[in-house]
Amino acid sequence: MPMPEDTKKVKNMNRRTFIQGTALGLAGMTVSIDHAHASFWDAFFQKHFREMNDSEIQKVISRIEKECEEKYKKTISIGNEKPLSGVQFGYGLDLSRCIGCRRCVYACVEENNQSLDPQIHWISVLRFRKGEKWIDLENSEKYYNPEKVPEKEFFYMPVQCQQCENPPCVRACPTQATWKEPDGIVVIDYNWCIGCRYCMAACPYGARRFNWAAPNRPPEKINPKTHYLGNRPRYKGVVEKCTFCIQRTRNGRYPACVEICPVGARKFGNLLDPNSEIRYAIEHKRVFRLKEDLNTYPKFYYFFAYGR
Amino acid sequence: MRSLRQLKGLARNFVLLAVAILPVQFAASAEHAAPAKKFLVPPPPFSPGIFPCSQCHQGMPVNRTPRKLEMMHQDIALKHMQDGWCFDCHNPDNRDKLRLTNGKLVSFDESYNLCGQCHGTILREWKAGLHGKRTGMWNGEKQYLLCVHCHWPHDPVFKPLTPMPPPVRPADIK
Repeated sequence: MPMPEDTKKVKNMNRRTFIQGTALGLAGMTVSIDHAHASFWDAFFQKHFREMNDSEIQKVISRIEKECEEKYKKTISIGNEKPLSGVQFGYGLDLSRCIGCRRCVYACVEENNQSLDPQIHWISVLRFRKGEKWIDLENSEKYYNPEKVPEKEFFYMPVQCQQCENPPCVRACPTQATWKEPDGIVVIDYNWCIGCRYCMAACPYGARRFNWAAPNRPPEKINPKTHYLGNRPRYKGVVEKCTFCIQRTRNGRYPACVEICPVGARKFGNLLDPNSEIRYAIEHKRVFRLKEDLNTYPKFYYFFAYGR
Repeated sequence: MRSLRQLKGLARNFVLLAVAILPVQFAASAEHAAPAKKFLVPPPPFSPGIFPCSQCHQGMPVNRTPRKLEMMHQDIALKHMQDGWCFDCHNPDNRDKLRLTNGKLVSFDESYNLCGQCHGTILREWKAGLHGKRTGMWNGEKQYLLCVHCHWPHDPVFKPLTPMPPPVRPADIK
């Protein structure tokens, strides 16, 4: 069927404008290749992390290290430690012992270079009144601020990324910028994340944080020992989250929140090692996982050590 | 006469019985023979200048009567055991050691064995890494904290802490 004359005209014009626009755009690109920083184009054409080989990753890392050095006037090393074989990380948290002091929250901020202003915390400590229906997470209190903790009539429940075995955030990501590593850690490539926040909508634990503004952290407070998939400085408009301190744990160390906890409520280890603390907790205590009914299979186990 | 099959059965039962009993005996004897496992701990939290205790207590007569201390150690209000006294844990003859109820002396960096006499279940979980804090390597050498790093032994209830500031409310973000 022949099209009416005017519609055809509009279509042709649109097509022409499009081609003209593309040509202009390309011309613009050639102009800016001369002027733009070379690393801009390196970053623009950077491949997906899992499609790069080791030397390509190394190249990317040294480029980002250079960018960080320019920005913070400080040497920041970005590691790329690979997952250890025969390791599945698991985390335990003893709710009968947690006193809600939030030391873990701030140790995490220090270790993982979270933005101070606007503030980003990867761990939320929720407070519940004893004896009330408490799994109702939406009605929990996270802004509590008493003189001293623990308070008699309350108990506390820190929540962070649960490192699900079946992570909904990974399925939701349209660019595959987030994925689960072989050791069970769900990671984000901050250079591949487009900031759509689908993962945040998908996460049932509210564990992911978005950088609405450029992360702000004075250079002297930057932890220079970082990992590409972990605590390296982030950009505006990317999502970030707990990675079980990937830069520490892949080198055999405990996560920062485990080391700071003054009551020793936090446990960490290899789920495949029968002598690990986490296995002891799972085998000897009644453990539960948050929102088990969603079949996300978190590797974060809550338990009550007293009264088993 | 018993058939060969019956004899075989008997022999098998005997072997099974022996297999069942022997490890128990071996385990029991091994418990006494093997030295107790040492746990890597940081130095005990002494007040500065107070250790070794013998620097003051050497030659001092041992006074076993429970009383209020006035010359030294006034800060110690014993709220641990009812009607307890120093020598329930401290060794009267050599003050640089602690003493178990069976008379065995233990050093201050092995005081967990002393606490474990009453708090056995907690000692078991401490050894397994569940009670108390672990630092170091999750897949290697771990450092354990002594009971007394968190619990003041003369009044062991965990003391409340001042919490760190709460997160900024969304409404307060400028």
